[in-house]
Amino acid sequence: MSTQTKSSETAAARETPVRRRRRVDRLPYLLLLPALLIIGVLLLWPLGQVVVMSFYRLNSVRQLRGDREWPWVGLGNYADILSDPFFLTVLRNTVLFAAANVLLTMVLGTLVGLLLNRLGRKMATFVASCVMLAWATPALTGTIVWKWIFDDTSGLVTWLFNALPDGLSNGLFGRSDWTGYGWFNSPLLFFAILTLVVVWHSFPFIAVSVLAGLKSVPSELHEAARVDGASPWRVFWKITFPLLRPVFGILIVLSTIWDFKVFTQQFVLAGGTQDRPTFMLAIYSYAEAFSPPPKYGLGAAIAVILTLILLVVTGFYVRMVLRQEDES
Amino acid sequence: MKKIALNGAGLLVALFAAFPVYWMISTSLKPSNEIFSATPQPVPTHPTLAHYREILTGNLIPGVSFLDFFLNSALVAVSTVVLSGLVALLAATAVARFRFKLRTSFLIMLLVVQMIPLEALVIPLFLMIQRLGLYNTLPSLILTYLGFSLPFAVWMLRGFVAAVPKELEEAAAIDGASRAQIFRRVLFPLVAPGLVATSIFSFITAWNELIFALTFINDQGSYTLPVAMTFFFGRDDTNWGPVMAASTLFTLPVIIFFLLVQRRMVSGLVAGAVKG
Repeated sequence: MSTQTKSSETAAARETPVRRRRRVDRLPYLLLLPALLIIGVLLLWPLGQVVVMSFYRLNSVRQLRGDREWPWVGLGNYADILSDPFFLTVLRNTVLFAAANVLLTMVLGTLVGLLLNRLGRKMATFVASCVMLAWATPALTGTIVWKWIFDDTSGLVTWLFNALPDGLSNGLFGRSDWTGYGWFNSPLLFFAILTLVVVWHSFPFIAVSVLAGLKSVPSELHEAARVDGASPWRVFWKITFPLLRPVFGILIVLSTIWDFKVFTQQFVLAGGTQDRPTFMLAIYSYAEAFSPPPKYGLGAAIAVILTLILLVVTGFYVRMVLRQEDES
Repeated sequence: MKKIALNGAGLLVALFAAFPVYWMISTSLKPSNEIFSATPQPVPTHPTLAHYREILTGNLIPGVSFLDFFLNSALVAVSTVVLSGLVALLAATAVARFRFKLRTSFLIMLLVVQMIPLEALVIPLFLMIQRLGLYNTLPSLILTYLGFSLPFAVWMLRGFVAAVPKELEEAAAIDGASRAQIFRRVLFPLVAPGLVATSIFSFITAWNELIFALTFINDQGSYTLPVAMTFFFGRDDTNWGPVMAASTLFTLPVIIFFLLVQRRMVSGLVAGAVKG
């Protein structure tokens, strides 16, 4: 069998280009087959399955294993979720968090990109290396370290606030002793710290991409504008931004997608799935499905809602990438 | 004056970005009384490896040590890398070397599936793992991460394959080499550096992953490192010395690998947007 295919392949390779073009070449499809199988079974099938599951009431592992019936509830799970006022809280948390994080990440990342472009060679290398460290750090350990920095007894932030003059601290916050203060207890403060962690993790990618874009823009344009007396603000909006518009478009879409489904950082910072007031869609879906009592159907329905939101954003991304593939 | 302001801003950015990593390593080297002292020490005054010794020699749970979790993670990550690299290389060759009907559709699909929120797939994949009888086994994770890392690996390798001059292969074909021989003797050695870079990304994906590992593995002996870390660290009175030592050991390989390939990460993700 194998010798046969080999000899026929040799024959195909020796054929003249004209004859080869006329036949349908099966080789590319054979090469694609394993990848198609894996993507089909491990990504596309589950994507369809999560929709199917969202139409059933699935409350035990036995149902998943196929040992018990799957009662059909149609859109029941969706009705349950959408009529629950808690869903609005979750949706509001998700959208506001994503909006704030995309905005802050983009602004900080762009500023750092512009800064790296202006710094001297040695300084730029040093700053870029430090920025890489934040990017490279795994979400898990990065978040653990931030949790330690905000530790309520020996954390750096607690110490910093304790070091404030008592009068000032009392005047501003109404307390001077911060030892034992739960930084993660109020939802607003929790989200502020989560934002800090996520922006810290994600601004390096923006900065490096913006820097790469800036390097591709001819520097004469900037110099000419500066000689003409344009302020840096005007130079950015009139020259840099229009030239880098495609890069910014893709970066905003990618950031939106990533910030909509933050999970690890939130899971670690909240210490699990108990902190319901700070739930966002990803962790809400997970908690409904896997915290006892399990509700796999309900969790699946929330996952479908999250996916639909991201699908719209993805549409923009694919269109942008394809347009650039055509141009280059 | 302006120069000073720029450099000052640069230093602030560097401090913000690198401080947590510095603080992690610094804490891991401090004796406990320094970690929990009322005034934090910026630099360990009496550096010690005691926390490293504690996690490397002691058992986190009866009979299972940090090293066991480390090995679980390494086994999962390396298996993912090998499988994903092999499959991706075949697919990348197809896309970069042949013009066929479904080529563009396949490329679009690659882009789209990379955007599937993996968090949404936990439930159906949990079902699949239960049905296949893989619950509580490391292969359940290898299979999952293979699916996750493959689309990006194909997307990235495609560029490397396309960069190999076609003339080399044509020359080999004229010399009578079979397609399999061309693949093995000509294409593969030239694409190998790209394969290494791609492998590192698959490795990092598998090494860092938490949610699926948390869901598919219930038996503590089979925990991967991220799950063990959340477990080991989720207690009330957190002992930050050993936690920071474990975090450092978990983070260092990733940082080293990452720095080797970060430039390709940008070009892979913003594909074609940045022309240099």
